[in-house]
Amino acid sequence: MSFQFTEEQIKRYSRHIILPEVGGKGQQKLLQSKVLVIGAGGLGSPSLYYLAAAGVGTIGIVDFDVVDFSNLQRQILHNTERVGKPKVESAKMTLEALNPDVKVIAYNERIHKDNVMDIIKDYDVVLDGSDNFPTRFLVNDACYFLGKPLVSAAILRFEGQLTTFDYRDKENSPCYRCLFPEPPPPGLVPSCQEAGLLGVVGGIMGTLQANEALKLILEIGEPLVGKLLVFDALTTEFNIVKLRKDKKCPLCGEKPVIKELIEYDQACDIHF
Amino acid sequence: MAEIKIDRELDLKGEVCPFTFVKSKLIIEQMEPGQVLKVILDYKPSVENVPKSMREEGQEVLEVKQTGENLWEVLIRKVK
Repeated sequence: MSFQFTEEQIKRYSRHIILPEVGGKGQQKLLQSKVLVIGAGGLGSPSLYYLAAAGVGTIGIVDFDVVDFSNLQRQILHNTERVGKPKVESAKMTLEALNPDVKVIAYNERIHKDNVMDIIKDYDVVLDGSDNFPTRFLVNDACYFLGKPLVSAAILRFEGQLTTFDYRDKENSPCYRCLFPEPPPPGLVPSCQEAGLLGVVGGIMGTLQANEALKLILEIGEPLVGKLLVFDALTTEFNIVKLRKDKKCPLCGEKPVIKELIEYDQACDIHF
Repeated sequence: MAEIKIDRELDLKGEVCPFTFVKSKLIIEQMEPGQVLKVILDYKPSVENVPKSMREEGQEVLEVKQTGENLWEVLIRKVK
């Protein structure tokens, strides 16, 4: 094992290097790792911020939206001056200013059937911080087919959910479709535009997503596989619900029927 | 007493905590088990902190000695 850090890097990452579980070896792994974050919004903002601070060497960001005043209550990567700018551009500016060691790759596009595999294929870990079902299912299925670990989080009102699907071990990890076999009918589940959201819930859940990603890269601790963490901001309670692999799952079950990517209709023009 | 064979030497004069430990650790990580690192320190709190942190990481501290008015040497053997 050999590595060479600059004086600035030794200072920047000293609190990592001191940790027996990380050290220079772990920091080197982080600098060599590639993480993709879907959505530079309420979840993506904190996860991207911490991943960049931690020195994840390559960070991809997918978002087709522009910064809006209504985002600034929670999307801490952006600011008032950036209203109207593409979110990926704003995110890149913030992250590069924080840590020049990080190479930020911006995908200013909507994720769809024809680009999702190409975007995901080179990354080690994928974080889903999108807020619509078509994207969630597409990202899930693509990660499953490519064998990439997927850290999935969702937020609404005062509640957050988090789980990790480790598709490097498909035999043992449940998948997103074990939990939700199909997208709900449009209109059944309100979006945060309709239902509202306490901004800090995104901060908490996005930060936990970054934590999962760092653990996967460093190969330390236990990833949240087969467990769904549910956070209630009003009672400040975290609960863990067991997730089981569904034998009848259309994607990862014994007789899978989904063998290629499916593009579901966007219910409306959804913003991250 | 037999002379201890030094495999690497690290001059940390001018460095303070926690960087004295951080820099020592980065070198130790890249050495082989059994090899010995000599660390030269001129910051007094590090003379306690570097050996303490090295022991916590499972390394063996062979010797801590004052070699000048404000100068110390610490010998660490890499265990793991």
